[in-house]
Amino acid sequence: MSKVIGDVILDVQNISLRFGGVKALTDISFNVKEHEIRSIIGPNGAGKSSMLNCINGVYTPSEGSITFRGQTFDHMNSRQVAEMGIARTFQNLALFKGMSVIDNIMTGRNLKIKSNLLMQALRVGPAQREEEEHREKVEHIIDFLEIQAFRKTPVGQLPYGLQKRVDLGRALAMEPQVLLLDEPMAGMNLEEKQDMCRFILDVNDEFGTTIVLIEHDMGVVMDISDRVVVLDYGKKIGDGEPEEVRNNEDVIRAYLGTGH
Amino acid sequence: MGFFLEALFGGLMAGMLYSLVALGFVLIFKASGVFNFAQGAMVLFAALAMARFAEWVPGWLGTDSKVLANVVAFALAGACMFVLAWVIERLVLRHLVNQEGVTLLMATLGITYFLDGLGQTIFGSDIYKIDVGMPKDPVFLFESLFQGGVMINLEDVYAACIAALLVVVLSLFFQKTSTGRALRAVADDHQAAQSIGIPLNRIWVIVWFVAGITALVAGIIWGSKMGVQFSLTTVALRALPVIILGGLTSVPGAIIGGLIIGVGEKLSEVYFGPMVGGGIEIWFAYVLALVFLLFRPQGLFGEKIIDRV
Repeated sequence: MSKVIGDVILDVQNISLRFGGVKALTDISFNVKEHEIRSIIGPNGAGKSSMLNCINGVYTPSEGSITFRGQTFDHMNSRQVAEMGIARTFQNLALFKGMSVIDNIMTGRNLKIKSNLLMQALRVGPAQREEEEHREKVEHIIDFLEIQAFRKTPVGQLPYGLQKRVDLGRALAMEPQVLLLDEPMAGMNLEEKQDMCRFILDVNDEFGTTIVLIEHDMGVVMDISDRVVVLDYGKKIGDGEPEEVRNNEDVIRAYLGTGH
Repeated sequence: MGFFLEALFGGLMAGMLYSLVALGFVLIFKASGVFNFAQGAMVLFAALAMARFAEWVPGWLGTDSKVLANVVAFALAGACMFVLAWVIERLVLRHLVNQEGVTLLMATLGITYFLDGLGQTIFGSDIYKIDVGMPKDPVFLFESLFQGGVMINLEDVYAACIAALLVVVLSLFFQKTSTGRALRAVADDHQAAQSIGIPLNRIWVIVWFVAGITALVAGIIWGSKMGVQFSLTTVALRALPVIILGGLTSVPGAIIGGLIIGVGEKLSEVYFGPMVGGGIEIWFAYVLALVFLLFRPQGLFGEKIIDRV
């Protein structure tokens, strides 16, 4: 199935980020088009996570602007970004460990729940129906991620690979337009990586979600991305389709070091 | 037998009162991962507000009605607790997002001293009394079964009913509502909670307000039993073993922990006290807590502590 890549949905213009004297990002610009899988790659410490955190509103860039669906934001916090339709996963798992898989994913529906507290507590009328609707969506995600067997297990007890899936599930429950994935394959074995790749492709395909993906493992990314941005020491050194980037001299140098 | 039952009831009622204070701790911990050292100070603050407003309101409104005065005073004291929650969020918690639990614990320690001072500055530092019209007379039960029956305090029964009601409401709130779920989420991970659009700031105000109301209820009940005075803050210390027993994250645990401790200290005092010259009541709870810390650190109902190596 060939997917249709749409217009620019997320536009990052001249972003710089400084922590005191340290320049984490310098003058980064790139855009993300609707329905595509856009990867940000680079060696460790290249500024990938900083970039993601800027888009997610965790950091406020020192300079530059980020435009999402024609709306420019400069002082956003994570919650406002979430309300706009951008969800994320975390590099170091940030799940609600004491809660079950299903409750974790249900929290992702939080913004969509409309009925008031009292009605929910008493389980009356529309609140009951609404809860069921959300529950159904969540069950669908659970099926999709193939974690049916663990729905009642506290996530703290699950193996790492499955926790990563729950993290993805929680983000999916928000029905985001853009999904930011922070090293979704970090620390996984080959089989788990392949599973995760499949889920990412399926999400992109089935829900049409635009995906921005961070990874330092080049191999995986090249196979699934539509376009790739390469960062090194906080600067952009490459941008384009995987093939193009793979042959870019700067990129090769960043990854393999300079030959003498 | 009658004597045993009397001691048992006495213990249960005392336990209920411990539970009420313990509830405040559990609420804040469950919902924000903060061990709130200021709970005792909040109880005192709330009780002072209640006692003084009840005194002032008749003058302000020019009414003699005791019920009205108490209702208005309760509303005003509740409003005070809301403002307090809002201010704490604004000035303290907001700046400590994503910090370690220890940092937040120290912040609540600061809040404790501040509240102690503030409460007494605004409301005065004498001993006040709260009279919400709870009946003080003892009643005798089972008079047909035992000689003299079993004496219990009606006031204690009322207090127990109020505590039970509070627990039911809070359990529903935590387990059945999306806000309750959001609260539990915030307790686990601030950053992740924000990333899915949970408004951290509002959640914190809600939690501290709910804990404030619990403190107010506890303060009124304790206050009407023993007067509103500075020593109310030490009530919080009695609640610590209750939480250790029941588990920091469990609302029912706070109640059952309180009951076990209440009954345990009463019965052991009555039956074993004479053997060691009395005074068991004072240390019983702490020793029991110590035993629990050794063998079951998560408490009876707490979430199991899982650590990945």
